[in-house]
Amino acid sequence: MGILSQTIVPADAWAGFKGDKWRDAVDVRDFIQNNYKPYEADGAFLAGPTPRTLKVWETLGVLLAEERKKGVLDVSADRASTITAHDAGYIAKDIELIVGLQTDAPLKRAIMPNGGLRMVENGLEAFGFELDPSVHEVWTKYRKSHNQGIFDVYSPEILAARKSGVITGLPDAYGRGRIIGDYRRVALYGTDALRAFRLKDFRAIENEVFNDDVMRLREEMSEQYRALDELKEMAAKYGYDISKPATNAREAIQWTYFAYLAAVKEQNGAAMSLGRVSTFLDIYIQRDIDAGVLTEEQAQELIDDMIIKLRIVRFLRTPEYDQLFSGDPTWVTESIGGVGEDGRPLVTKSSFRFLHTLYNLGPAPEPNLTVLWSTKLPEGFKNFCAKVSADTSAIQYENDDLMRPKWGDDYGIACCVSAMRIGKQMQFFGARSNLAKALLYAINGGVDEKSGAVVAKGFEPITGDVLDYDEVMAKFDKMMDWLAKTYVKALNTVHYMHDKYAYERIEMALHDRDILRTMACGIAGLSVAADSLSAIKHAKVKVIRNEAGLAVDYKIEGTYPAYGNNDDSVDSIAVWLTETFMKKVASQPYFYRNSMPTQSVLTITSNVVYGKKTGNTPDGRRAGEPFAPGANPMNGRDTKGFVAAGASVAKIPYDAALDGISWTASATPDSLGRTSEERAKNLANCLDAYTAAGGFHVNVNVFNRDTLVHAMDHPELYPQLTVRVSGYAVNFVKLTREQQLDVISRTFHSKM
Amino acid sequence: MDIHRAITRPPKAHAPAGTHSSTDFGYLHSVESGAAVDGPGMRFVFFMAGCLFRCVYCHNPDTWKLHNGRKITVDDALAEIKPYAGFLRMAGGVTISGGEPLMQAPFVGEMFKRFKNELGLHTALDTQGYLHASVEDEWFDNVDLVLLDIKHSDPETYQRLTAQPLQPTLDFAHRLQRLQKPIWLRYVLVPGWTDGHDDIARLADFVAGLGSIVERVEVLPFHQMGTQKWAQLGMDYPLAGAPTPTPESTAEARSIFAERGLTVF
Repeated sequence: MGILSQTIVPADAWAGFKGDKWRDAVDVRDFIQNNYKPYEADGAFLAGPTPRTLKVWETLGVLLAEERKKGVLDVSADRASTITAHDAGYIAKDIELIVGLQTDAPLKRAIMPNGGLRMVENGLEAFGFELDPSVHEVWTKYRKSHNQGIFDVYSPEILAARKSGVITGLPDAYGRGRIIGDYRRVALYGTDALRAFRLKDFRAIENEVFNDDVMRLREEMSEQYRALDELKEMAAKYGYDISKPATNAREAIQWTYFAYLAAVKEQNGAAMSLGRVSTFLDIYIQRDIDAGVLTEEQAQELIDDMIIKLRIVRFLRTPEYDQLFSGDPTWVTESIGGVGEDGRPLVTKSSFRFLHTLYNLGPAPEPNLTVLWSTKLPEGFKNFCAKVSADTSAIQYENDDLMRPKWGDDYGIACCVSAMRIGKQMQFFGARSNLAKALLYAINGGVDEKSGAVVAKGFEPITGDVLDYDEVMAKFDKMMDWLAKTYVKALNTVHYMHDKYAYERIEMALHDRDILRTMACGIAGLSVAADSLSAIKHAKVKVIRNEAGLAVDYKIEGTYPAYGNNDDSVDSIAVWLTETFMKKVASQPYFYRNSMPTQSVLTITSNVVYGKKTGNTPDGRRAGEPFAPGANPMNGRDTKGFVAAGASVAKIPYDAALDGISWTASATPDSLGRTSEERAKNLANCLDAYTAAGGFHVNVNVFNRDTLVHAMDHPELYPQLTVRVSGYAVNFVKLTREQQLDVISRTFHSKM
Repeated sequence: MDIHRAITRPPKAHAPAGTHSSTDFGYLHSVESGAAVDGPGMRFVFFMAGCLFRCVYCHNPDTWKLHNGRKITVDDALAEIKPYAGFLRMAGGVTISGGEPLMQAPFVGEMFKRFKNELGLHTALDTQGYLHASVEDEWFDNVDLVLLDIKHSDPETYQRLTAQPLQPTLDFAHRLQRLQKPIWLRYVLVPGWTDGHDDIARLADFVAGLGSIVERVEVLPFHQMGTQKWAQLGMDYPLAGAPTPTPESTAEARSIFAERGLTVF
């Protein structure tokens, strides 16, 4: 017997649970494997919303409408947020089943200046709020922010690359996010036991040599220990003692949510994902149902109430940030389903219950419900997912058959596509470098095509009038070396400073002491770069230069095969680009904290901004025109429909992009079949085929053009219209008009 | 509708003027890989070039001319679809549409034969049937389903609408009955052209008379998405600005078929 079961745990909290390993050491996976009950049938058992649920949702609806009007409803600009900075807050105190808000009122945003004071001040100013002078004073006179630390280190070249946009979106002025605390641990063990375990880990290294690594780790563990106490204190404000394990379903949900809530009180991360909680929680729900103390309706009600809370996670950000990320995303990603290493599906009734909230509460982009798809999932679940997709467009799918061999069966998705073992792995989020722009730099010898400034020093431009494939490739290869080097230097800086000045105390308290860290690099403009190289190779591309001799436009004679039509003559270029840039990144001499370099092909909806920052490209794309999102074929060039497009995307090797490859597929409902059942069946078949072909991720958008056009002019009628764009669902009406037009212009794979 | 016509074997196959009779190569307009509206399940669709109809509401006028298409061999077509064969066997199949595929009947027949024999795919032919007399019964051995497009039930209006006579299409329907070949009947609903109650009722009677081979009827509401193609081709679009059917009139048309015991979508 371990320290937990002997001294701390009241007997009844774990009554009826099986297995031993998880009792003696923190091991949530072992607990799940020993106790969950796979569910193989369909969604017929599900319950609709109760009047109570609808009342809470409607109360909130009034505030949400007001927020849509104002942009930001309210801000707590009087204090920097911490886990315990605010008193308890409620939507409708008397009828809420699961409680807890980021501040003392719903939709009132907190400020987190550790990431950077400027971001906070700009955000406040943009929405008409004012920062309390004492906060300003503290973060200018006494306390340094993450943002300041980074800019103390950046080199002129990094600054130039950042300004031109060849490297963009670095988390150097905002929280990096993409870290998932194992929030389930709080429900299973309670904070006291977690403290005891952490103390044991802390003591275990007191006789080590105190080098940089050990000292940093010990300091961090002390912070983690403190954060767990603060979490307990925070819960106490709501009248709960979470020092002990949860004893029933309601407590399990509440404890888990409290742990997550502490994280979003402390960190304004770019993505604050939840993890993989549904099947874990199902164990508690099933125990209560079996004991006759919980009905299906009550179980659904608890889930609905938790989801309501997750839908209103908010951060104060600037309008520029919202433009980059398309809307106001928080990426509260919950990973659902998948198959266990022993072959049993990890689908439970609660997997259905989570998805069912999209009916009970209506579609919404948050939480970002992500189904871990396997061809081996039960048919009933597959068809249910496909039906929900066809009805709401609010699910994304990721290939469990690809990820399980890499990350086991208890990983979750952070943000859109980043897989990590829950509580055992984190990533250093690296935004992305712009490969299309780097190609232009290769042609122009490091001179920016828009500003004329020298960004990459020491390169010679191409001087010929017609682009020669071999010459371009030779120069592009060198330019990618420069890009990888500059990029990784920037990322090492960012994460060194983030650990130092904006450390994720509570999230890391809910990890093991020793974890895998990845340095998650990324590329944007894959399809533009691939098509440009295809044009240079298969057609004739003439260069048009301005008076200064800078290549600013291209004239294509002849035609070229475009990426996205399952044509190897160009798809192989996209594969080559992905593999080559990954190799260049991996060959850099140093990665902060011994992190493992990875990369993603993902643009988190920022394809519009990347396009804006990139001049005319040799594929015929005009300056400023949006890139395709993620690994998508360029808008409109995938002429053979989405099965062919998916086949192209599926060729991008996961091994060269372990941080994920994103594809957004759109279809009008009628193109998927005549009836709801037909559509679900067809969609499920497509997902099986894509997964079997090695496709990594797909967002499924099922809608029609008319709906979107109408929504552009009548946003008030479509407050919940959800559109999936690269790895994420957004409220269509929250997009700018430009982004809306972009969404509409994307290939609708309906036969015309 | 003369039932005797249906029992008589059609005259010996002959290739009408303007059609393409080679099996060495054919003309392909385009392919589409992600739709589930041209036959059961997800279909890989070959849109063949060439059509001798000139339907006023055509949404693919760019497929009218045979030589607008890309010249391909059957091997090319096979190579095009092969990467999806596994998926299609599970999820749907292949449909050859157009244009009018029977404009290149020998070539298309060869495609069907090899899709069936070498890839084991479910096959569907999307046609208005006018040219059916040019092929032998055996030609249909490799066709699992016919998506039969009957554009109107009144011979005069049919001629006006399509620039061709109706009778061969009706004959074709009877031939399919004799061959016991499953049909999905398709009817495009165009306000002012094809939405007359009696016209639809006459067609519905005829279709119901074909018996169990008619697996479903699809009433397709006319849409204006072809407008741009007419403009691009520099042609006057006879239905420019024409209204699309109201949901009520679509529902009514469907009910006329449904009243006769047909499965309607």
